[in-house]
Amino acid sequence: MLAALVIVFREVIEAGLIVGIVLAASKGIAQRGRWVGMGVAGGILGACVVAIFAGRIASLFSGSGQEIFNATVLLLAVAMLTWHNVWMAGHGREMARHMKSVGAAVSAGERPLAALAIVVGVAVLREGSEVVLFLYGIAQTTTRASMLAGGALGLLAGAAMSALMYYGLLAIPAGKLFRTTAWLITLLAAGMAAQAVLFLQNAGYLNVLMRSLWDTSWLLPDGGEGWRGILGKMLHTLVGYTAAPDGAQLIAYVATIAAIVGLTRWERNRHPRGTLIATPA
Amino acid sequence: MFYRLSLIVPAALLVVLAGCGNESAGIPVSLKDHRFTPAEIHVPANQPSLITLTNQDGAAEEFDSAALKVEKVVPGHESGSVRLRPLAPGRYPFMGEYHADTARGVVIAD
Repeated sequence: MLAALVIVFREVIEAGLIVGIVLAASKGIAQRGRWVGMGVAGGILGACVVAIFAGRIASLFSGSGQEIFNATVLLLAVAMLTWHNVWMAGHGREMARHMKSVGAAVSAGERPLAALAIVVGVAVLREGSEVVLFLYGIAQTTTRASMLAGGALGLLAGAAMSALMYYGLLAIPAGKLFRTTAWLITLLAAGMAAQAVLFLQNAGYLNVLMRSLWDTSWLLPDGGEGWRGILGKMLHTLVGYTAAPDGAQLIAYVATIAAIVGLTRWERNRHPRGTLIATPA
Repeated sequence: MFYRLSLIVPAALLVVLAGCGNESAGIPVSLKDHRFTPAEIHVPANQPSLITLTNQDGAAEEFDSAALKVEKVVPGHESGSVRLRPLAPGRYPFMGEYHADTARGVVIAD
């Protein structure tokens, strides 16, 4: 039971942390509960579909369909996160002011919500399909009752991470909240871009600059067993921590940060009144 | 500027595409009763290699290795290809994440 709990928790962490960040980043926007809920529900539905067709997806692209699929949905999420940050650079300040003065939800933010719903959906889809496959496997064993209970507890623990992330971020004063979430989203996107590169490499594409630049796995591995593995995996999700990145991954990471910072500055300059909030740097 | 780009972009594409397609036959590895056979996989160092993992169990398994930078789910009664990047000589442990107590192995690059 404990094993199942830990395995499911490890899979769910990623989606849980991302949902927490998205909820904090969309605080004060009307209808966000509905959008995020739709993202989660769509992600779960998609996870079941992906799990059912896992064999068929895997056989695409000469056996690398799974990697290509992962890289594609990660890059989609990077695009959506970028777009959200750029949008917030133009509209974040008026939103924060509105939230403080009226204490009411802002209805202007539905468009970035759609982008964030896609991000949530993609995160749930990726991790969820692995959880579904794992639970399907243990459903066939004799110890399935306790294993499934462990799996359910793992899911709850993942949801608790989500809540912890959300309420932790809400402790930040309203004026700085969007600035913080903008940075978190920037690093989240950079980490996802680097991971997409890794999936493309594992699919046999983009076979350039594959030598590891350094290796800090002795200090903190970026996944695997034990609490250090879980901590490393959480940092991997949040800021893209990678114990032994190669050149291509590092370039993707830095280029994504540069692109988001550059685009948000450009957008901020187009909206001279919408400055200060939600712009990294 | 654009002239230079017009040279660089196709060149970069060529480099990327050159990495594809040099497919070698995969090293067969099977998973049965949540154990890998062989559990010790030898690959040549400093060149990419391919493992073809056949999952003979009914349950899905995730081939997982931080050292190899691979995470790959292979559903029950399916097979999957695991591409390994060029490895410096050494030992690279891997595990089946869903049954880590028995599903363990090591890739040895030499």
